[in-house]
Amino acid sequence: MIIRVIGQGQYQVKSSLFDDLNKIDNQIVEYVQKGNEKAYKKSLAELIGRIVKEGETLDHKEIIESDIIVPPADMTLDEARQVFKGTGIFEG
Amino acid sequence: MGLLNRMGTVIKAKMNKLVGKMEDPRETLDYSYEKQLDLLQNVKRGVAEVATSKKRLELQRAKLLQNSEKLESQAREAVVANREDLARLALERKNALTSQIAGLDKEIATLAAEQEKLVAAEKRLSTKIEVFRSRKETIKAQYSAAEAQVKISESVSGISEEMADVGMSIERAESKTDEMKARSAALDELLEEGTLVDFTAGEDDIERELAKLGRQGSIESELAKLKSEVGKK
Repeated sequence: MIIRVIGQGQYQVKSSLFDDLNKIDNQIVEYVQKGNEKAYKKSLAELIGRIVKEGETLDHKEIIESDIIVPPADMTLDEARQVFKGTGIFEG
Repeated sequence: MGLLNRMGTVIKAKMNKLVGKMEDPRETLDYSYEKQLDLLQNVKRGVAEVATSKKRLELQRAKLLQNSEKLESQAREAVVANREDLARLALERKNALTSQIAGLDKEIATLAAEQEKLVAAEKRLSTKIEVFRSRKETIKAQYSAAEAQVKISESVSGISEEMADVGMSIERAESKTDEMKARSAALDELLEEGTLVDFTAGEDDIERELAKLGRQGSIESELAKLKSEVGKK
């Protein structure tokens, strides 16, 4: 599957990674709800770290839609809230 | 709904805005290509803007460092002249500058990272635009409007996603640069006036008191160091 990390481009990743990423994603949602910034940042870094480590950078010449879109690595907790609310630059 | 799902929806919405609805689907290709070239110009501008802001912060840092060195030598002179009060004042000012310099170092590093990201985005986008351009010509030459539809939507979606990503990255870099510009302007004013303000604004009372104690401690030790250095001569 193809994953895009905003600000970093696309990665080709084995589909078997999906469940793990999903688990981390659920954690992130919980931390954003609780406002636990430290844990949120750690989980987001872990999520992106796994993709970068276990995936391969997609050839820049490929023009293809991604299966999963991951927020930018430096996204703050406030910005994550904006993503859920659909405000700011994360407006739909 | 997870953050990844939500992020996907956000990007999809941005992508839809980038795709023009044309009567002949082949016109969609030309429209998209024009937008791509515009965006490429925007990234280039973004890179230049971040670089300029970074340069400005670096100049300010150099100026602060110069002032800090001057204050240190003034403190030394004051000790020689047996004016401990003046020496203490100079060291206090020097310490305030030191924390400003540390703040600038962080900001410069942030902008350097933004610059690097945008340069990489520019490279990715320009490669994709080149591929898109030749694919666009092939599609226009070989297919009828009806046949071209599928091929077009694949290419257009793929590149629109890249464009949504790059667009968002530019916006984020811009907001960081704006933030730093405002602080940088305030710092310029301070440098011009030659005054020092309370740089610890924003901390709570306890943090402020602790910072004050820390500063006093380091001033006393620096003062002692200067005294002994001067005394040795």
